[in-house]
Amino acid sequence: MVLFALLRLLPGDPANALLGVGATAEQIAAAKAQVGSDLPLAEQFVRFVSSLARFDLGTSFVSQAPVGAEIPNRLTVTIPVTLLSFALAIVLAVPLGIVAAVKADRWYGGVISVVSQLGIAIPVFWVGILLVTAFAINIRLFPSGGFPRHGWAEPLEALRNLALPVLTIAVVMASSLLRYVRSATQDVLGSDYLRTARALGSGFTEALLRHGVRNGVVPIISIIGIELASTFLGAVVVERVFALPGLGSMLLLGISQRDYPNVQGVLFVSTLLVLLIGFIADLVQRLVDPRLRDRMVGSP
Amino acid sequence: MSAVAALPTRKSRRSWLFALGLTLVGINVAVALLTLVWLPYDPSSTAGGRLETPSLLHWAGTDRLGRDLFTQIMIGSRIALMVGAGAVAIGAAIGVTLGVLSAFATRLLDDTFAAAFDILIAFPTLLLAMLVVAASDTASLWTAILALGIAISAIVARLTRILAKRVIGMDYITAARTSGTSWPQIVVKHVLPNIWPTLLVNFALQFGIAVTAEASLSYLGLGAPPPNASWGRLLQEAQGTVYTAPFGAIAPGLALLILVIGINLSADGLRDIGDPTRRGSR
Repeated sequence: MVLFALLRLLPGDPANALLGVGATAEQIAAAKAQVGSDLPLAEQFVRFVSSLARFDLGTSFVSQAPVGAEIPNRLTVTIPVTLLSFALAIVLAVPLGIVAAVKADRWYGGVISVVSQLGIAIPVFWVGILLVTAFAINIRLFPSGGFPRHGWAEPLEALRNLALPVLTIAVVMASSLLRYVRSATQDVLGSDYLRTARALGSGFTEALLRHGVRNGVVPIISIIGIELASTFLGAVVVERVFALPGLGSMLLLGISQRDYPNVQGVLFVSTLLVLLIGFIADLVQRLVDPRLRDRMVGSP
Repeated sequence: MSAVAALPTRKSRRSWLFALGLTLVGINVAVALLTLVWLPYDPSSTAGGRLETPSLLHWAGTDRLGRDLFTQIMIGSRIALMVGAGAVAIGAAIGVTLGVLSAFATRLLDDTFAAAFDILIAFPTLLLAMLVVAASDTASLWTAILALGIAISAIVARLTRILAKRVIGMDYITAARTSGTSWPQIVVKHVLPNIWPTLLVNFALQFGIAVTAEASLSYLGLGAPPPNASWGRLLQEAQGTVYTAPFGAIAPGLALLILVIGINLSADGLRDIGDPTRRGSR
């Protein structure tokens, strides 16, 4: 519903997208009838909701292709990019965050903190441009953009093309994730239960692994859920840097062409994905933390 | 905290970082003000050689039309600060008003507001701003500011509502109410003074996010149109010539990095001042 409101608030009739400059009044009326923008708002809304319920996302105003068929195509690029960069970000952030907290007084603990501060301040597209400069031009290890025409039919080629985009998002995401891991670890380190475990004779690493991880991971999981959602936005911009044919470039093209069905479809699907991620994060949190399981449904 | 003895050094390190942050922001403000009265080169002059590497004459080299990049970056600093300040001002005005209204409203209205804020927050700032920009027919500096301001207002409104509700629940508000203080007076006298330190920190963080988001918008071609030398647009133009003149793709990003780090460090410092209990965490 919010989507519908946002999109209809946009001035400029979508029918204009169908026409060139200097169209006659009849042509305009015909185009309006075709896209349905001559109907009263209420009726447009009813149509919108009923077609969403049938997972019918309409057809593109510009290309006349069904949106519902185009989105899965685009997702074969965006989902691997999101998941791969996310996995890489976790692999980078968790150990480094723990080290940054435990060894805060050593020089490398400080370096990790400073680098993550840099990573948060950098816009994701600039990381992309820098990586292109470094890897595609000077070292020539990976291509600087594009995607094989046959997509995943050439898996190795596709992966090579995804390497830099994935690295780009992972670096930025790992930076912010790292700070959460670090502060969670700090909380654990200052906790009474860790001191008790140490007093009962377990070694520092053992105490951290057995008691610390389980407690520290709970807030991290909900953060991960939020971060995963923002990875999608990272993908929108990064797909532009590397000219990837993903959901993000579909959204940008849709906005510039006022192709509402495309924009709507992309936003609808991504909102669904974001909600799904939040739901899964919630479930996992309950699995890990028995205290949350006892509470009844719904989180604040 | 683990060691009491470690506290003073950590505190002094943090205040040192706060000073650094303020300095970085200060340099940017100074440069931005300077561009109003003086520029090293005429920004539209194409007298320099094309795609020159940095030299004493052109500190950051030249772009593909032979314009001095350092001049453009200086102008970019002004644009970044204008967008950041404008967006935060709009976001604060709308957000604080809605947030306070919602906190004081009847249960039903409040729930509606709260749900609306939550939904809007589910959309990342940049995505929301992209939609608003798409809504306006002509992209201009003001559309970008307005778009980011609207996106920020949802975050501010949600925070204000939560903070204000916490204050309103206090006993002294009931006391003020029974002694005949009107709601507007309560807002001005009790609620706002109590919540502004936290809000201020949030404004600072949103400022940084707005600057980055503006750069992203102009990088995507949805920001201010060409005469405005936004850092994002400079980077987008430089990406095309990155093979021959990589420095052009580095310099505007460095400028952006300096400003955003300055803002983030200042925000951290502000938080430590406003909330001593959080000192040392995060």
